[in-house]
Amino acid sequence: MSGDGGGTGAPARGWPLYEVFVRGKRGLNHVHVGSLHAPDADMALRNARDLYTRRNEGVSIWVVPAEAITASSPDEKDPFFAPAGDKVYRHPTFYAIPDDVPHL
Amino acid sequence: MTEQNPSDQGISPQDQRDQRGQQGRHDQQDQHALAALEQRFARTIAADHRIEPRDWMPDAYRRTLIRQIAQHAHSEIIGMQPEGNWISRAPSLRRKAILLAKVQDEAGHGLYLYAATETLGADRADLTRKLIEGRQRYSSIFNYPTLTFADVGVIGWLVDGAAICNQVPLCRTSYGPYARAMIRICKEESFHQRQGYELLLTMMSGTEQQRRMVQEATDRWWWPALMMFGPPDADSPNTAQSMAWRIKRDTNDELRQKFVDMTVPQAEKLGVTLPDPELRWNPERGHYDFGTPDWAEFKQVLAGNGPCNAQRLAHRRRAHEDGAWVREAASAYAAKQAARAAARAQTPAAAREQRERAGVA
Ligand SMILES: [Fe+2]
Ligand SMILES: [Fe+2]
Repeated sequence: MSGDGGGTGAPARGWPLYEVFVRGKRGLNHVHVGSLHAPDADMALRNARDLYTRRNEGVSIWVVPAEAITASSPDEKDPFFAPAGDKVYRHPTFYAIPDDVPHL
Repeated sequence: MTEQNPSDQGISPQDQRDQRGQQGRHDQQDQHALAALEQRFARTIAADHRIEPRDWMPDAYRRTLIRQIAQHAHSEIIGMQPEGNWISRAPSLRRKAILLAKVQDEAGHGLYLYAATETLGADRADLTRKLIEGRQRYSSIFNYPTLTFADVGVIGWLVDGAAICNQVPLCRTSYGPYARAMIRICKEESFHQRQGYELLLTMMSGTEQQRRMVQEATDRWWWPALMMFGPPDADSPNTAQSMAWRIKRDTNDELRQKFVDMTVPQAEKLGVTLPDPELRWNPERGHYDFGTPDWAEFKQVLAGNGPCNAQRLAHRRRAHEDGAWVREAASAYAAKQAARAAARAQTPAAAREQRERAGVA
């Protein structure tokens, strides 16, 4: 993935890719909103502010080099997630409780 | 189970070439695997689920998306020029601030979309090059000139209005990153259209000359705006496949009709006449009937012979070249900062080593 130059002005390899995460407001998680190329993390942060929070969409931004992210394999239904599939007892609905037991 | 380094965007063009190379081998086992992948892709589309960047997808689906999203991104970027033309001459600070914010939004739209193409293995620098060299298209609408300030209002009303018509269904397009970019874009577009309409309302309550400017701008932009939806369905050979892949959700003619139906009452409220003698309500269809855009003109503009094609591309090329020193300076600064950080990181260790050698530890 090379980035930003278009032939002139940026290094041949292009600027690195950063993934951008924004916390919409206090109390919420940072959420992935997109990505951008920048020469370094500081510039990535400034550019992310201009690109993804022009209308007060965030109170905090993370930028993460895309290369630093390790992801599970593409298929979202693959055996990687199987360990969670057969453990119904992790859910509260697994347990039958008589209707007349209060607050449970 | 886990692979190194594959964020949304992490599939390198090399990986994709490898993937394609693998698919190219035609022993039976591979064909079996390929059929399974195709089936899973088809099932995902049929269930109206989104395809995500690291999913397997047919080559033609990937190519179609890259072409369409790149063309869309180029349109946002080139689309800054007709209105940018008026930023320095806006009649008030209020109008100038609004126009600047709108044009800045369009730059943002271009960037969201270029980022979406990169999740498919495209490269923004490469796409920029293709645009500048005239090898990829952008919307024909931006090859018309903005002759008066009323054009700024009419662009917001009709051009952004038509763009919204096109874009709202794309919020449900089958490719995840494209759909997410469109959701973000659509949120911002409604300001674009409203500021344009408000500008026109203001001018219409002004002098006779201002009202005439609004009518003239409407006359010039109406037909090009209708052409933004693309050729008639009968002449749009790729529509069927794009609809089957759920990249497109409505045909060109359906969207054009929707736009006309939405716009006619707005024109009445504004007090302008849409320049189409055939335009009238059809109670049987429950839609407005309207005339046929000049498709010969549309083809001419697409072929590069519109009033401003050469000017738009030359300006884009110049802006890119003029920005070279900024990109160079940013790279040099980042390199210097990285070198300093590395030096600082070394210092304590280097000092400790010296002390140890001197027997002070
Ligand atoms: Fe836009
Ligand atoms: Fe817009």
